[in-house]
Amino acid sequence: MPEFGGALSGDGATLRDMSSVAVRAEGLVKTFGSTRALDGVDLEIPTGTVLGLLGPNGAGKTTTVRILTTLLRPDAGKAFVAGHDVAADPQAVRRSIGLSGQYAAVDENLTGTENLYMVGRLYGLSRADARARAAELVGRFRLVDAADRPARTYSGGMRRRLDLAGALVAAPAVVVLDEPTTGLDPRGRMDTWEVIGELVADGTTVLLTTQYLEEADQLADRILVIDRGRVIAAGTADQLKAGVGGERLDIVVADAGELAAARAALSAVGVGEPDVDEHQRKLSIKVDTGPKALVEALRLLDRDSVGVLDVGLHRPTLDDVFLALTGHAAEEDAPQPEKKRRKKGDS
Amino acid sequence: MAVITAGARDSGVVAWRNLMNVRRQPDLLLGATLQPIMFVLLFAYVFGGSIGGDADAYREFLMGGIFAQTVAFNSAYTTLGMAADLDKGVIDRFRSLPMSRAAVLLGRTSADLAVSALGLVVMAVCGLIVGWRIRGSLLDAVAAFALLLLFSFAMSWIGAWVGMVSGNVQVAQSAGFIWMFPFAFISSAFVSASSMPGFLRTIAEWNPVTAAADAARTLFENPRPGILGTSDAWPAQHPVLWSLICSLIILAIFVPLAVGKYRKVASK
Repeated sequence: MPEFGGALSGDGATLRDMSSVAVRAEGLVKTFGSTRALDGVDLEIPTGTVLGLLGPNGAGKTTTVRILTTLLRPDAGKAFVAGHDVAADPQAVRRSIGLSGQYAAVDENLTGTENLYMVGRLYGLSRADARARAAELVGRFRLVDAADRPARTYSGGMRRRLDLAGALVAAPAVVVLDEPTTGLDPRGRMDTWEVIGELVADGTTVLLTTQYLEEADQLADRILVIDRGRVIAAGTADQLKAGVGGERLDIVVADAGELAAARAALSAVGVGEPDVDEHQRKLSIKVDTGPKALVEALRLLDRDSVGVLDVGLHRPTLDDVFLALTGHAAEEDAPQPEKKRRKKGDS
Repeated sequence: MAVITAGARDSGVVAWRNLMNVRRQPDLLLGATLQPIMFVLLFAYVFGGSIGGDADAYREFLMGGIFAQTVAFNSAYTTLGMAADLDKGVIDRFRSLPMSRAAVLLGRTSADLAVSALGLVVMAVCGLIVGWRIRGSLLDAVAAFALLLLFSFAMSWIGAWVGMVSGNVQVAQSAGFIWMFPFAFISSAFVSASSMPGFLRTIAEWNPVTAAADAARTLFENPRPGILGTSDAWPAQHPVLWSLICSLIILAIFVPLAVGKYRKVASK
């Protein structure tokens, strides 16, 4: 991110390199009535990296975000953001963060520029600085053409970009993005990913919550899988996938009559028996030896004159990881979902 | 001092944002302007003849009540505005910013005060058309409008608190208005408190709406029609002072209450 503004650097609150850990939380607990939304969550985000907080609805992602952004006080546990204690010095934390929530919180009747100007002023920028910053961000988020139109005329993707821009007005050290692409169409999602990618390239520390595994895979340096208020796994996407173990070899044969021969060939190179989809003439087996298994399988298939239409070696997806860890799929609702509303017009 | 300056600046930014909303969506003003016109005409011509005896005298008496009731009802705009901001997640964004904790509320109540002032102008013009007159001095008239605006501002803080307690627009739409009806009508805004049964009479005599209405009538020197009984309760004897005290008491209670609620309120 281009370094912005003497306006904020003076008080030392936005020191990006103050320590090597930008966000640290220990033993966060939060109970709503009889629901234990967070049950001892620890997390740490090294400065300049992206942590993906992954979990189904109701897992506790939003509650974690709300505590780290000072919107909610934990019942137990401690949290520090950019070196400031969220409980003891929330105002310093607020100066160091930018939050973009699940529902693009833009003012419908203000224009894009006015929305950003307002946020800039509320971060304490002077009128001139707020205006300059708004113009800069409008350009960077490809909203120039719509900059002077009320935000109510924006598409869901544009709103989300505007909301995201709002989180960056003060060039904060830590940016918190709570499900930034929920409810967006594929095009809007790609747009948002691109912006987040740029942020990361600029060295901003990002906490990203998502229920889309693909998104965490694409954007996060490290992933924390959380379910029912607890951290159930942590690591890089590769580590998590490796934890599930092995790769899968998939082939599609040309003729249904060749399935038996193919099954035999795959059994010889893989672990256990292959899954067979007779309708699609597709076979899939777990392998330990990666490309070697692929080469050996092709050799066997060629020897037996099996016609192969498609072949591929696939590493496990985060979906496989999630299923293995929690016993349920990621986008399935947990039994006690957090209160959620969908924002109109965010489709 | 720096805290106050920052608070004032933040409040100004929020007030600007709210006024821009009114400007971009002027239908928000319909309620604040058309409703008082409707009330003036309804009470002046439909009820007027039977409530106050002499219809002309009643119309003149009526205006103080309309002024007081309308600015009281305007608190519902604050209620709806706060609830809408909560609903849309705007409050979450504000609460995550390093801004003054009172600024969102002060910005909104100030913007709503401006809307109330516009409503007062519309009503005054309407009143002049149906025969209401300012008979006192200019200074007294200015004082009357100032007292009404102070009352409006105080009511707006109640509205802000109700809006945050409601939590969403659907609840706020009923919660914002429902408590206003007994509050506004168990008063001598349109009738005389002396015609009510004992218990209600006491409430009406001490009701801040009564105080605002009677203070306006006193300062505008609009006479009470002879047919409406007078009260010898202390507030009726000192309406201007009592109205001032009422507004200050409301502010003293609801400013801390609303700010306290804002600090904890969640957009869900």
